Amino acid sequence: MKRLALTTALVGLAMPLSAETIGVSIPAATHGWAGALNFHAERTVERLEEQYEDLDFVLTTTPDPGTQVSDLEDMVATRNIDALVVLPFESEPLTGPIQRIAESGTWVTVVDRGLSQEGIEDLYVAGDNESFGRIAGEYFVENLEEGAKVVVLRGIPTTIDNERVEAFQGALEGSGIEILAMEHGNWSRDDAFTVMQDYLSRYPEIDAVWASDDDMAVGAIAAIEQADRTDEMWVVGGAGMKEMVQRVSEGDTMVPVDVTYPPSMISTAIELTALAVMNEGLPVSGDFIIASELITQENAESFYFEDSPY
Amino acid sequence: MSTATTNRTGGMKIDLTVLGPILALVALIVIGILLNPNFLSYGNITNVLARSAFIGIIAVGMTFVITAGGLDLSVGSMAAFIAGLAILVMNTVLPSMGGGYGVIAVGVLVALAAGLVAGAVNGLLVTKAGIEAFIVTLGTMGIYRSLVTWLADGGTLSLDFAMRELYRPVYYGGIFGISWPIIVFAIVAILGEIVMRHTAFGRHCAAIGSNETVARYSTVAVKRVKTMTYVLLGLLVGVAVVMYVPRLGSASASTGLLWELEAIAAVIIGGTMLKGGFGRVWGTVVGVLILSLIGNILNLTDMVSPYLNGAIQGIIIILAVVLQRKGGAE
Repeated sequence: MKRLALTTALVGLAMPLSAETIGVSIPAATHGWAGALNFHAERTVERLEEQYEDLDFVLTTTPDPGTQVSDLEDMVATRNIDALVVLPFESEPLTGPIQRIAESGTWVTVVDRGLSQEGIEDLYVAGDNESFGRIAGEYFVENLEEGAKVVVLRGIPTTIDNERVEAFQGALEGSGIEILAMEHGNWSRDDAFTVMQDYLSRYPEIDAVWASDDDMAVGAIAAIEQADRTDEMWVVGGAGMKEMVQRVSEGDTMVPVDVTYPPSMISTAIELTALAVMNEGLPVSGDFIIASELITQENAESFYFEDSPY
Repeated sequence: MSTATTNRTGGMKIDLTVLGPILALVALIVIGILLNPNFLSYGNITNVLARSAFIGIIAVGMTFVITAGGLDLSVGSMAAFIAGLAILVMNTVLPSMGGGYGVIAVGVLVALAAGLVAGAVNGLLVTKAGIEAFIVTLGTMGIYRSLVTWLADGGTLSLDFAMRELYRPVYYGGIFGISWPIIVFAIVAILGEIVMRHTAFGRHCAAIGSNETVARYSTVAVKRVKTMTYVLLGLLVGVAVVMYVPRLGSASASTGLLWELEAIAAVIIGGTMLKGGFGRVWGTVVGVLILSLIGNILNLTDMVSPYLNGAIQGIIIILAVVLQRKGGAE
């Protein structure tokens, strides 16, 4: 509702002729990480509108790739946007529409999910899924004995999930650690809870869990607590959810570390785009890759944000 | 002698229709036992039954709505919204009430009352405003889903940690080793079966579902009975939420996603007619168990690629119904 009201208010504004408009199109808040993405996008848009008088924003959130294409068409047709910041819902279906917008001379910033053809966007801001999986995998190799048994919870079947899992498996290669099973928990607490319950019935011995996401880690931990096997294994999630970072900083033995994948990258993208639009000639184009970092008890404090919803 | 034979075949016919879902359930259980020795363990059976409870409780209510010729697509989002609302209210009253079971009682009352109201809204829009149930509940489905996203500000609503510890036993605890969700599910199912079979309300639902006009001429209070089916379903969604919240102590935009379709599928697998006129509550219970077992068995084995889980579920749903309808047609 709030978001809808914001968008409507922006559309309703009478624009001064000289004003620049930036369109922002991101997926709707269907899971925790996307929720935080929305939170950061809204905050950045509000702040930049105060900072620059001649800058307007159109912010849309979209539940599926089809709607996102329509949103982009609407932005171009009715708002005549000068720049676009887009987190494509899926790479393939969005590549064509975004390419047409780029060809018309609009500045295009693509966030996180790369397009399926290179060279379309002016600026690419993304997290590093490869390092996300690899850093977790390296932690497993360092902290588990040879022959240790781990289970994996995967996200929604997407390229992102594939890249992370491949990197994780790559890091484990040759270490003698055995991956017992990999099922999809769909980045959902409920699904992860169910899958973890079934893992626990199926395997009498599990030494560690790679939940690959903090929401899934919450579900997995609830299932492990229910089965009373908390002393037997630890869980590594990912993304940097507030509650998880706090558990790491408190030295929780079940959650020894976390791996970042900051949803605030959308703020980086919007800020850089505003810089490019408002300062002609300033060199901003290129790739901006935000590496994943390992959150440990020692550095956890610097990853904890009190007022973030995630 | 020949008459007796005819009667026997007649008896067999009915048996096959009735036995369809049970046969499917037994087949799944046998497959489960063969695939994994832990399948029949106390822990696994408890897990499967307890996680079936949410959909199960809702599906019992759905059986009445569908029997009376209606449909409700909003139950999944309604559950998410009510869960979010209950958590929010509990967190809000916590400072003034100072914790304890009083806060949980408030949460439970809010959940049940919200379910009742939400169900009444659906019911009245269908009966008083005369809009098709599909459209009304499609609308409310979208409304509740956005409302919970808005309440949670796009993130997750979490119950206060101390309250979570206090509330936890409602999902994880129980008596004589049977956890509360299973007990509540059983009670709801038994009451549902009695109401459907042995009360005027149950018979009126079937009458309305098979022919509304005839039911009206037979002095059945059509509008009132139809509205009551939605109110009952809303109340049961509230009951399901009361059991759901203590599990993870949180609600978000992804809570209860696709529960409506699982509930409807369970009802149909159980032998209730989608077009109304005939309902079978115990069949719905069997349907819910079939759906849960498919997911459980797939998680317990590596036989199929996890990408194909949905396909396996689809095939089994269709097979269960084919088995049942064939029995009826022969």
